[in-house]
Amino acid sequence: MAKTTFVYVTYIRTTPEKLWSALTKREFQEQYWFGMHCESRWTAGSPWQLVSGDGQVFDAGEIVEALPPKRLVIRWQHQNKPELKAEGASLCRMELETTNSAVKLTITHSIEREPSRLIEAVSGGWPKVLSNLKSLLETGAVVLADPYPTAGSRAGNK
Amino acid sequence: MPAQYRETDRLFKALADPSRRKLLDLLHAHDGRSLNDLCEHLEMTRQAVTQHLALLEAVNLVATLRVGREKLHFLNPVPLQEIYERWIAKFEKPRLKALAQLKRKLEKTHG
Repeated sequence: MAKTTFVYVTYIRTTPEKLWSALTKREFQEQYWFGMHCESRWTAGSPWQLVSGDGQVFDAGEIVEALPPKRLVIRWQHQNKPELKAEGASLCRMELETTNSAVKLTITHSIEREPSRLIEAVSGGWPKVLSNLKSLLETGAVVLADPYPTAGSRAGNK
Repeated sequence: MPAQYRETDRLFKALADPSRRKLLDLLHAHDGRSLNDLCEHLEMTRQAVTQHLALLEAVNLVATLRVGREKLHFLNPVPLQEIYERWIAKFEKPRLKALAQLKRKLEKTHG
């Protein structure tokens, strides 16, 4: 077991194929990943990048394992902030399992160092991204695209 | 009742117990712990800790990974994020706006 490991689990009422598609296709990613998208051919050994809406490469690495629609393992190194880049590569493992009424998505993000600022940094992002992903697949809309809607439209507010 | 309401009920019930909240705090302080490790920090029987952990896992607040012969417990923050979005973020914006309006009114009166 790697020295620093965080685990994120969500149950999504969808099919493994749809979830796989949402995890690997840009038009889905941009909706739930706050305008970010991944660039990759999604086969073992192919390069992988996480790119922001304005074209900055935030993270880069390669696909270690791709077994659609069950398992995706990415070697993941931060690129933008020097102190996080210096930590080297982390491993992000995504597992999709079918349960009775939903697909269980488990993301295990780990690195061979303790403590890790990279893992701390992504820990703020994953819950929001997963919550958006779940909402997008179940309701067709994300919750956090507009996280703080103004109260102006409510009765009594002027 | 729709499935998501039942899930919310179970989630809040899981959080309504101080021992279970203590378990979440312990995992937050140091993630990926075995049952033995967790028992050392709690004045409860091993059986009680096992039951609390099973309940937390059932509502997805705790995730487990098998590593060799050990089962390690991890805090899963995703349901807490959903509570935040549904039950906190939604309500805090109008209140902050109301406070800002109150401040403006009071300052005008005194100005």
